Amino acid sequence: MSEGNGQAKNGGGLHWVGTRSIRPDGVDKVTGRANFGADFFMPGMLTGRVLRSPHPHARIRSIDASKALALPGVKAVVTCDDMPDIPAEEAFVGEGPMNFRDLSRNCLARGKALYDGHAVAAVAATTAAIAEQALGLIEVDYEVLPHVIDVEAAMRPDAPVLHDDVFTQGVDPAPTRPSNVAKRVQTGHGDLDAGFAAADVVVERHFTTKPVHQGYIEPHACVASVSEDGQTTIWGSSQGHFMIRAYVAKLLAMDISEIRVIPAEIGGGFGGKTLVYLEPVAVLLSRKSGRPVKMVMSREEVFRATGPTSGTAIRVKIGAKKDGTITAAEAECKYQAGGFPGSQVHAAAMTGFACYSLANVRIIGWDVCVNRPRCAAYRAPGAPMAAFAIESTVDEVAEKIGIDPIDLRLKNAAKSNSQSSYGPQFREIGYIETLKAAKEHPHYKAPLGPNQGRGIASGFWFNIGGESSAAINVNEDGTAVVATGSPDIGGSRASMALMAAEVLGIDQARIRPIVADTASIGYTFLTGGSRVTFATGMAVVESAKQVVQQLRERAAKIWDIDVDAVEWKDGEARPAGSNAGRFEPLSLKDLAAMAGKTGGPIIGRSALNAQGAGPGFGTHICDVEIDRETGKVTIVRYTAVQDVGKAIHPSYVEGQIQGGVAQGIGWALNEEYIYGDDGRLQNPGFLDYRMPVASDLPMIDAVMVEVPNPAHPYGARGVGEVPIVPPMAAVANAIYRAGGVRMPDLPMSPPRLLAALDGD
Amino acid sequence: MARVVLGHELGRLAGGDKTIDVPARNVRELKAALVERYPQLAPLLASDGLAVAIDGDIVPDAFLEPLRPDSEVFFLPAIRGG
Repeated sequence: MSEGNGQAKNGGGLHWVGTRSIRPDGVDKVTGRANFGADFFMPGMLTGRVLRSPHPHARIRSIDASKALALPGVKAVVTCDDMPDIPAEEAFVGEGPMNFRDLSRNCLARGKALYDGHAVAAVAATTAAIAEQALGLIEVDYEVLPHVIDVEAAMRPDAPVLHDDVFTQGVDPAPTRPSNVAKRVQTGHGDLDAGFAAADVVVERHFTTKPVHQGYIEPHACVASVSEDGQTTIWGSSQGHFMIRAYVAKLLAMDISEIRVIPAEIGGGFGGKTLVYLEPVAVLLSRKSGRPVKMVMSREEVFRATGPTSGTAIRVKIGAKKDGTITAAEAECKYQAGGFPGSQVHAAAMTGFACYSLANVRIIGWDVCVNRPRCAAYRAPGAPMAAFAIESTVDEVAEKIGIDPIDLRLKNAAKSNSQSSYGPQFREIGYIETLKAAKEHPHYKAPLGPNQGRGIASGFWFNIGGESSAAINVNEDGTAVVATGSPDIGGSRASMALMAAEVLGIDQARIRPIVADTASIGYTFLTGGSRVTFATGMAVVESAKQVVQQLRERAAKIWDIDVDAVEWKDGEARPAGSNAGRFEPLSLKDLAAMAGKTGGPIIGRSALNAQGAGPGFGTHICDVEIDRETGKVTIVRYTAVQDVGKAIHPSYVEGQIQGGVAQGIGWALNEEYIYGDDGRLQNPGFLDYRMPVASDLPMIDAVMVEVPNPAHPYGARGVGEVPIVPPMAAVANAIYRAGGVRMPDLPMSPPRLLAALDGD
Repeated sequence: MARVVLGHELGRLAGGDKTIDVPARNVRELKAALVERYPQLAPLLASDGLAVAIDGDIVPDAFLEPLRPDSEVFFLPAIRGG
């Protein structure tokens, strides 16, 4: 069932942490029994559908739903008039600062439609066909306005302005005219002029990236049911059911206690399911119709209306001495926010040069509104685009100096106790270890064939902790349930069971890990930021320690000795030394069977705000082969080295690394949102939006470097986001080595590469 | 006294001051001292969007976290992730 290959971070033996146990949700998923967001049904349930703007930018003069409401089978129509017009208020509920007014207007447009696909109204009807028909009967009077998609075009003074109340923050003097530029941010330190003056080589380049979608297989879906007394239940898949509860309460002016959210299995999120789109609308429709309402997006709706990443324009300038010392580095990052302010340009400014220890560094970022869906988080949100630009430039600096690209990185690498490019000192980090492991890997020295090239790139992500709750209930037969509030999007249930098994000293197969609903477990921040194994894992470990303490107390009662004379070892209570007396060990099963006689059920609970999530670094090696006649790029070999702290479940960690690399390769080579001159998205489907499939990729070799995080009981670091940061630059640098052309614009699709090879 | 690095945006609002020494036993006291000295920082210091790095550890919800006399404190945008 399992293979034990784990070693404790301090050298002691671990029984379960570090093993490759069978995933507890695996059978249901491969047999189709698992319930995802769209699988839930209720008696009398209606089907909800959304009317979406066909215009990228339009004033909504009026909405007339009378004909739709007259259609037999239509039970409710809602517009923004059914939602409270809430004031601007910014708070952290999801993946980043969120203005609740903007979120409300993203769920149902108020006054203006800001992108092709923006929700304008919604219908609930007895069948999907009637609901679709009703959408066609809703009359919306639009005044079509000029639109802008490109980030640099949106920054121009003559660009169409999306919001008349957005004035650029972070600049002096404060502007008196509204614009699409919502914010300027800056990080860095030192003297750039002096740094560049000291350089022997200076490279300055301009890069662009296209918006890409997270591409989760499962579309957004939910069921909402509002009772006559207002009690509301929502079933749905997301990265945070507590996030859904908080957003719905805020947007609909409800008490949190009125809302219960029950999590479904989730078919991928990658950051894109850290917002609400359908849930408040489904609640409104259910409240208005008096019936449960199910809403499921089509793939086209997912592309047109849910958050992709930012498209970007980035300028990078790096200066270095002949010995490889980087003397100065700067970047300017312009990030599309979509229809509302709030791109992840902050993260770009903080992560861009984080792999390097630099005396003189600066990144300026601009958050820019454009007529596209509001951007959402996507794995290390904001970081991959900046890394593409900066790691491509670092590669060119290494080439100009004539130094191995890994050696250049080793010479300038961030290390424990060095000052980060964004300010504070790093604590224990393992970037150098990833560089050394990459350099020593057989892949780095393997011969290349004709038209092949090898690229290197590194990446960084913060990782986070945060609020988590967990409970462990010991069953009467000595098995146990581990309940947490963290949706399992990356195998966290298996990791929770392993950590509980380690503390309890029982077989992990005797532990059933579940994701509890919002009424059954304490508040838990969403699954994102690579936090769950770290933070929720700490809550599970604390809960298990409480269980062990109670088990020792029960044994002490049975033996009539002091609890300090009882130790817990290998899943048994034993006398702690010969002075404690002679007693036969009592197993967890024995003690569970006697729980009623010794004090009642045995339950451990923990709620905490975990701090000290260790940052993660990765270094990737990519081999490509280019077809000079078609421009097609084939990934021949790929090795991803990452500091994972301690791999609690190595197979899942490898899976996270492989998944991040696969998504990064898609971002590098093919994926992009394509808009027509009319501002409408032209490729809202997987046929035209080309994500990599298994046959496009080689086996991705995940190499785990373990530099333990001292803040976690077993040394875990987050692992889910770092692996998407380096691939675009690794691929671009490999293409350069194969074809002799630098590719500053993503995606590096066949037509683009062919044009570059032809010198166009 | 804790050494506080305000960062670009807070420093801009504080009239260009970037690094200052503040007597404080925890983050709550630190923020109160900063607001007393720079009232214009109050809205940003109260924002959920601001994290604090204390001796290298980034704390998104810093409030009662203790500070040592020689602690180095950075104010940063709060980053969560995807």
